[in-house]
Amino acid sequence: MPSSPIDDPGTLEDPTTVRRPAGVHSIWRLRQYMRPYRRSLAIMGGSALVGVFVSLSIPLVTKQMIDGPIAHHQVGPILPLGLLALALGITEAGLILVRRWVQARAVLGFETAVRDDLYRHMQNLPMEFHGRWQSGQLLSRITMDLSALRRFMGFGLLFLIINIIQLLLVTLLLLKLFWPLGLVVALSAVPIIWLSKRFESRYVVVSRGVQDQQGDVATAVEEAAIGYRVIKSFGRRAYSQANFHDKTQTLYETSMEKVRLSARFWTFLEVIPNISLVVVLLLGALGVGHHQLTLGTLVAFITLMLSLIWPIESLGVILAMAQEAMTAADRVLDIFDTRSSIVGGEVGLAYASGHLRFEHVDFHYPDSEELVLQDVNLDIRPGETVAIVGATGSGKTSLTALVPRLYDATAGRVTIDGVDTRDLTLASLRSLVATAFEDATLFSMSARENVTLGRPDASEEDIRSAIETAQAGFVYDLPWGLDTRIGEQGMSLSGGQRQRLALARAVLASPRILVLDDTLSALDVHTEALVERALQQVLAETTSIVVAHRASTVMLADRVALLSGSTITHVGKHHDLLATVPAYRELLAADADSEADLDGHRAGVMQR
Amino acid sequence: MTQPDWRGVAAEHEDDLPDRVSLLLRDRSRRLLGSLLRPYKKALIVLMVVVLIENFTRLSVPYLVGQGIDHGIPPIEAGTGSTTLLKIIGVLLVMVVVQAITRQIFLVMSGRIGQDVLLDLRRRMFKHFQRLSPAFHDEYTSGRVISRQTSDIDAIYELLETGFDGLITAVLTLVGTAVILLFLDLKLGLVSLLCFPALWWLTTWFRKQSALAYRRTRETVAVVIVHFVETVNGMRAVQAFRRQDRNQDIFARVNDDYRAANERAFRLVGVFMPGIKIIGNITLGIVLLYGAHRAFDGDITIGTLTAFLLYLRQFFDPMQDVSQFYNTFQSASAALEKLSGVLEEEQSVPEPQQPTPLPDAEGALSFQGTAFSYVPGRPILPGLNIDIAAGETIALVGTTGAGKTTLAKLVARFYDPDEGRLTLDGIDLRLLSEEDLRRSIVMVTQENYLFNGSVADNIRFGKPTATRDEIVAAAKAIGAHDFIIALPDGYDTDVANRGGRLSAGQRQLVAFARAFLADPAVLILDEATSSLDVPSERLVQRALRTILARRTAIIIAHRLSTVEIADRILVMEHGEIVEDGTPADLIESGSGRFSDLHEAWLASLA
Repeated sequence: MPSSPIDDPGTLEDPTTVRRPAGVHSIWRLRQYMRPYRRSLAIMGGSALVGVFVSLSIPLVTKQMIDGPIAHHQVGPILPLGLLALALGITEAGLILVRRWVQARAVLGFETAVRDDLYRHMQNLPMEFHGRWQSGQLLSRITMDLSALRRFMGFGLLFLIINIIQLLLVTLLLLKLFWPLGLVVALSAVPIIWLSKRFESRYVVVSRGVQDQQGDVATAVEEAAIGYRVIKSFGRRAYSQANFHDKTQTLYETSMEKVRLSARFWTFLEVIPNISLVVVLLLGALGVGHHQLTLGTLVAFITLMLSLIWPIESLGVILAMAQEAMTAADRVLDIFDTRSSIVGGEVGLAYASGHLRFEHVDFHYPDSEELVLQDVNLDIRPGETVAIVGATGSGKTSLTALVPRLYDATAGRVTIDGVDTRDLTLASLRSLVATAFEDATLFSMSARENVTLGRPDASEEDIRSAIETAQAGFVYDLPWGLDTRIGEQGMSLSGGQRQRLALARAVLASPRILVLDDTLSALDVHTEALVERALQQVLAETTSIVVAHRASTVMLADRVALLSGSTITHVGKHHDLLATVPAYRELLAADADSEADLDGHRAGVMQR
Repeated sequence: MTQPDWRGVAAEHEDDLPDRVSLLLRDRSRRLLGSLLRPYKKALIVLMVVVLIENFTRLSVPYLVGQGIDHGIPPIEAGTGSTTLLKIIGVLLVMVVVQAITRQIFLVMSGRIGQDVLLDLRRRMFKHFQRLSPAFHDEYTSGRVISRQTSDIDAIYELLETGFDGLITAVLTLVGTAVILLFLDLKLGLVSLLCFPALWWLTTWFRKQSALAYRRTRETVAVVIVHFVETVNGMRAVQAFRRQDRNQDIFARVNDDYRAANERAFRLVGVFMPGIKIIGNITLGIVLLYGAHRAFDGDITIGTLTAFLLYLRQFFDPMQDVSQFYNTFQSASAALEKLSGVLEEEQSVPEPQQPTPLPDAEGALSFQGTAFSYVPGRPILPGLNIDIAAGETIALVGTTGAGKTTLAKLVARFYDPDEGRLTLDGIDLRLLSEEDLRRSIVMVTQENYLFNGSVADNIRFGKPTATRDEIVAAAKAIGAHDFIIALPDGYDTDVANRGGRLSAGQRQLVAFARAFLADPAVLILDEATSSLDVPSERLVQRALRTILARRTAIIIAHRLSTVEIADRILVMEHGEIVEDGTPADLIESGSGRFSDLHEAWLASLA
């Protein structure tokens, strides 16, 4: 776990995710997002409540109609009573209209605001966090969990209250109309509530199982889609199909269990009110026969009773919804409660000469105690270019990640112009440093947007010159030029093209310190030579760290640092190291591996 | 730069075109649906019967209640006993029980059919995607392949789970209730059915509007998701380039688009639901008014009036579910459309109906007038004639775009030649079974995809029956053993989390060990060592000398040292072989391209 201090004095919580039991408490903590909609909430609650009274009064009008005019043969009250029923019916619908209309704005506003804030918070969480969390996990929080919360806020919470009120009210009314029958109805609610509770707990388990297994199936699908060419090359189709078969079979079985479980539940849920209807009819008819209640009362009773079915039935669903919302709130708070272990300092460097120093730097990844870097010391003078050379897995990339503080050194410090990078504001630090990564990340946006990532206000002239330096002129030949969408959802580019765009992106940011993390590895040698020639001018003015595998790249540097056994063992000129350090020779010696690539030397002969 | 065009322009793919408003399915979707449901013909008939019984019993309840009031109560009042009432109650009880049983049967049966269909569909899609050629996958992209099999299948699942039952109940209730109302009392029935035109109009309006609205929500949420996922996966670049503010702007905008789209959909429902309610309540009010008049006149009984009121209540409730259902149905039918489109996609590299068996390939390859182009009229390989003897190691040399990789892909039968033939041991590749072909020819590229699981699992992928010893031996042969045992759990280290722990070079070594373990007669290495550092590459090269001794190999590499181990070098230019010979011969000739290169190389060593 990260050992770096938390700069924010307000947080005493563990910077990593804290697990607490899901509870009402979690939802309550999100109340600030509902605050702008307090009036809307009041209107929603009010209209729902009034709606209950209105809908309950309609059967009572029916009762009046039957017991009054029809039983006593008075024609007078028929019209007013009928009109009253009509008016009540229209009012009820009107109230629903008002509630839903208001609700749409309020709950969607809530959902959108939380999502915006989640995104903001998440963007500022350190790489340590993002290395730990899979993107699917985060995605389900901003989509599914937020919809669960929205549903509960707009619907569940409201009806949880309204339904309970309605239940109590109707039961009271029924008891008042004719208490023996009222008792029957009240008693019938008991098995329903008991059943709902039981069902809910089992249902949660099964449906979580279905969800997990759907995830497994999705993973299998993803692997087969991305690893398609490997599967094809090795002829492992049958194998991957068998794997998929197993996973879908498991999913099928759990889904069937869910089907059976809910079939039984919904059936019972319908049977119980029907049975009580039978009992009510029997007792009621006997009661009317013996003049213990009027016919109108019986009819009203039955209609009212039916109006109970929905609130009772839905209680199970609403309780499940509430449970779901609490879990969702909890999962959302997991993110909000994660504090960034990488927080900017106070110092803003308006100008820096670009003097970069590593002083006794140790580093290990948060989930392992093994030191990737140990006591690294390196002094890079302003404008100097230093190549980092080391075997695969020697920590070159980790070293470069410390400069823009994607990770923090676990001991020692990194300074720019003598200022600890941790004292700099993140904005200031990251505008001083730009990195071109080996695996270029492209976003599904226009090529322009991808290139101007670090400098949205770059002029057309700057863009053109950065693209030229990176030999990325191919973007002009895309169907819509710089406006062509690239990335996953757009034009797909080759590894070499991606790397050149990433380089253009870094160059365009015109940083004081440029980090090239093996940025040229996917280029063919001809292009590499062109890029290197163009880069020389940029490197002459900028402090640079270049991670290199090939001698040609090393040639770009003024000095070379050899990274071996987690630390820098030698620093010097390429030719001196080649002459004096066997380990270096081992890595880059020309007699072992020609850098005279076929394409490279052909480059001079052929035209593009 | 103006803000709105951050997304840039992209060609629309046919499958991504907005789904139509129409409820009708295209032919191909109907064909797919038909073929999915065919095995359940009998079960579906049984299901129909069950559902009819269920609805009949359910609809009989209010009628029986009315009967109870009209015919059960008077005898009791007259003191002649309660037999009639008890009889009616008995029938009612039977109906209630039958309804429960049929309901249970219906839910389980329809659930099972749904799940069976879903399982079938999932497996069909998976199998089909696996069978489709690399050319298809290149164009279709893995993102679409995944979303077809996840979100589209989910849409259908959703329909089966929630919508289906609701629709059937709604339709049967609608029809059944109308019939019963007319039967109970023609005049009152006709009055209550006056609401039909209003209902029809409201539903049609809603259907049209919501089709547009829901489509918009799906489109907007897709943008939110893409933007979110890419931000998370590209977080390193986002933070390193201080992208947060611009991202926040963009996200706020797409998030708000989604909100607006949702709000529109919500408001439509917010009009539709009370609309149904108001039609229902007005009908109820009119029925009460008119019914009371008629009961007053003695034309109908109070029992009938009660039954009417109960029926009307039942009548309007399922209508409210229709709004929910319509959304699900629409996504599902759009999904079905896309899936059926994929399933009708032909294999461009078809497998032979009657393959020529080749249990033990020698590895002799022969190109006979082999021509190929990705785009008609722009040939990559105009017509190759090469014979590669079994056991020979060939190095392919040439500039980017000379056609080296294309040649390799033809050998791996990722594509078929447009003209001419390509044979393995004299048999056209098109006549080999997939199994024989893949056992004989394996290609390793720069793209070293590692599957979820341990390092050992990933090596074992080359030969699923391999023992741990064989796996370790393969890793040792390649020079991957040392780094693997240095991993936290050695061979059992999980490579998951986007392969986080392994560097590009290490992944390449694992991929190499995997290919070595597969032990094919023909091994193609397309830039397979490009991510290795020099010492690792040296190890691999040393290993290659022994590994390639017994098999045919085609090596594509930029670095000259890799080429050195070849028996024979083919220099390619514009899809044609311009030089062909042993490294020594080519160097000796003193004038060819390879010899120029070699000289330059020697010069660089000095």
